Amino acid sequence: MDFGPHLFLALLEGLVGAFVLALTALGLSLVFGVMRIVNVAHGAFFMLGAVVTWWVSTATGSFLAALLAAPVVVGAVAILADRLVLRRIGYEPESTIVATIGLLYILEQVVLMTYGPYARPVAAPIYFRIDFPWFGYSGYKLVVAAVAGLLLVLAWLVLSRTTLGLYLRATQQDREMAQTFAVPVERVYTLAFGVGGGLTALAGALIVPVQQAHYLMGLDALLMSFVVVILGGLGSLRGTVVAALVVGLSDGVISVLFSPTLAKIVATLLVALVLAVRGRGLFGEEAA
Amino acid sequence: MGHDAERAVGISRRRFLAAGAVLTAGAALPDPTAPRALAQTGSSPLRLGFQVHRTGIGAVYGRWYERTTMAAVKLINEKGGIAGRQVEIVAEDDGTDPKRGAEVVEKLATRHKVDLIFGTLFSHVVIGSAPRAGELKVPYLVVSEGYHVASGKLNRYVFQPGITDVRAQVTAVAPWILKNLGKKATLIFPDYAFGHDHRDFFSRVATAQGGTIRALVPIPPTETSFTKYFPRVPADTEVLYHVMVGPGVLTFVKEMGEHFGTRRPQIFGFIDSLEGVDLASPGLDFLEGTYFWEAFPRYAGPNTPTHVRTYRERVGVNEAGASLNDPKDVSTFSHMFGCWETLYVIKQAVEKSGYKKPGPADYKALIETLEGIQSFGEGLEHPQGPKRFVGSLHQVFGQQVISRVQKRRLEVVHRTAIEDSMYPPEADYTKQPL
Repeated sequence: MDFGPHLFLALLEGLVGAFVLALTALGLSLVFGVMRIVNVAHGAFFMLGAVVTWWVSTATGSFLAALLAAPVVVGAVAILADRLVLRRIGYEPESTIVATIGLLYILEQVVLMTYGPYARPVAAPIYFRIDFPWFGYSGYKLVVAAVAGLLLVLAWLVLSRTTLGLYLRATQQDREMAQTFAVPVERVYTLAFGVGGGLTALAGALIVPVQQAHYLMGLDALLMSFVVVILGGLGSLRGTVVAALVVGLSDGVISVLFSPTLAKIVATLLVALVLAVRGRGLFGEEAA
Repeated sequence: MGHDAERAVGISRRRFLAAGAVLTAGAALPDPTAPRALAQTGSSPLRLGFQVHRTGIGAVYGRWYERTTMAAVKLINEKGGIAGRQVEIVAEDDGTDPKRGAEVVEKLATRHKVDLIFGTLFSHVVIGSAPRAGELKVPYLVVSEGYHVASGKLNRYVFQPGITDVRAQVTAVAPWILKNLGKKATLIFPDYAFGHDHRDFFSRVATAQGGTIRALVPIPPTETSFTKYFPRVPADTEVLYHVMVGPGVLTFVKEMGEHFGTRRPQIFGFIDSLEGVDLASPGLDFLEGTYFWEAFPRYAGPNTPTHVRTYRERVGVNEAGASLNDPKDVSTFSHMFGCWETLYVIKQAVEKSGYKKPGPADYKALIETLEGIQSFGEGLEHPQGPKRFVGSLHQVFGQQVISRVQKRRLEVVHRTAIEDSMYPPEADYTKQPL
């Protein structure tokens, strides 16, 4: 393939990857920002979103219904986990890591026991193939990128323009001060965990027609989300989106033009570099 | 953080110690699953250790390997068992992980004291587990397809009597590919032992027969997105040879279709790329008219012999190779028969050798008997077809099938002879000490 079309394909792949990654990582960033905990079960929420999508779209025949159900169901699971587990251990950082590792295994094994080890496909709601002169490309992937972009804008609007967003931001900046100003901090925590789970479930739902739902699919999502969140600065939503674009595009371009292994090496090196010279990440706050 | 956190860590450490004490006490109690040594008499059951991929990337295969194994054992037991003893399966999950695999072999041999171990599929797990079986001196019968057994890299305790190896498969089908589909080939394969067997042996056979390899495209086994690999297929490729494993297989094949569309070269795939996947899945239309290697035809037709129909019924597979209970649950039809056939090989070897109980003398007799077997006839015990067994290689050889996708089903177009798959031997396990 000539260099021009080759680069074009690389950019397409990178862009689609970047938008999905941004949506996947946003939940993790939100949870860390507001609650100051590391949610290791984040990838499991992504996977659960995909599995619920398979279930609902197979049962009802409607992908749209599944797309609505996935964040609701996963959000509910997250809220339940917050109430039953995280709140009881007082959101203590070390304990929550162990607790969410446990949650990760429970969710994975429950899915394995009920849904099985299969990678099950879901038909894309809008399927078309764009036939460029040099290669073909899945039209649905571009739809995914566009929808993910829309959802990111929506999330930003909610965070910056609504009372809920105000509560979230206030809790993130200073928990005690927020409480003094009558922000229901405990409820905000629960909500942040639920919304974080719901957002990543949406990403999982959107990606199913491309990748199928499989009980181990959360692992990659978790890893890349961590890369993005560390790079962008823990808790900074703007940083998360920018870092997702950088990682997604560089991953796409490097893996198409050179090799996918090199792309992973570069992403990991980038994280190491950022940690070494700018520990708080690209957009992280000063020593929180 | 600060004092609260320290206190929290302190408490959890105390709890951790307490939990550790409970666990240690638990380990000292007798294991209810361990065999009762006193019950080991002549008519006690024959206990076969089954190393199975219940979790991890091999879980789909594992599930069907287990179903096939259970179906075979049920039939064997109905007909009087092995040497008059009922067969009991002791299954252990290895998580499709090589390190865990070695532990499973050890646990089955030393804790469960099974008579022998069988059933492992993924080649990296076999390579990780086989040395332990050799050290423990317990017969280890794999159902893996890798060339690692016949290459001589493993040891005298490892056999593959129920399924053919990649080198044999490639040797048998390569001439047909070059003659019918094209001489300029590009290979896409998973970047680990199993894929390397495809790379090495197809390249070797193809170049020896006037073909050229235009490009080699290795893909990491954990990959989930494949579009980025297809630009590496040179435009003058006449035939694209693909083989893929793991949960990403459907994505792989779908993205291949999206990329090439109607401008595709001829495509020849190993059914591994679509094992456990419905050919009628969305996005697979482009496969119409492409070819697949199969070991055992997934779709039953009017020519399916009676013993194959009985086999399918007993395992619980419908005309399309999916579960009788759930047509969406597609089997790994070209691999799982290996468990069935391996169990009948075990039956034959145990009965012929007079094997009674684990131990050097009985194992020696069992292994030497196995090495002396030369062929297996086609029938309900060996439904995939007739086989030739080469004792020095510990490897079985059989027929291979080439099928064409027609109306979203696989129709057999060519069946190779056993001789087509034979290659010059590179090992002789019988020279190794027992």
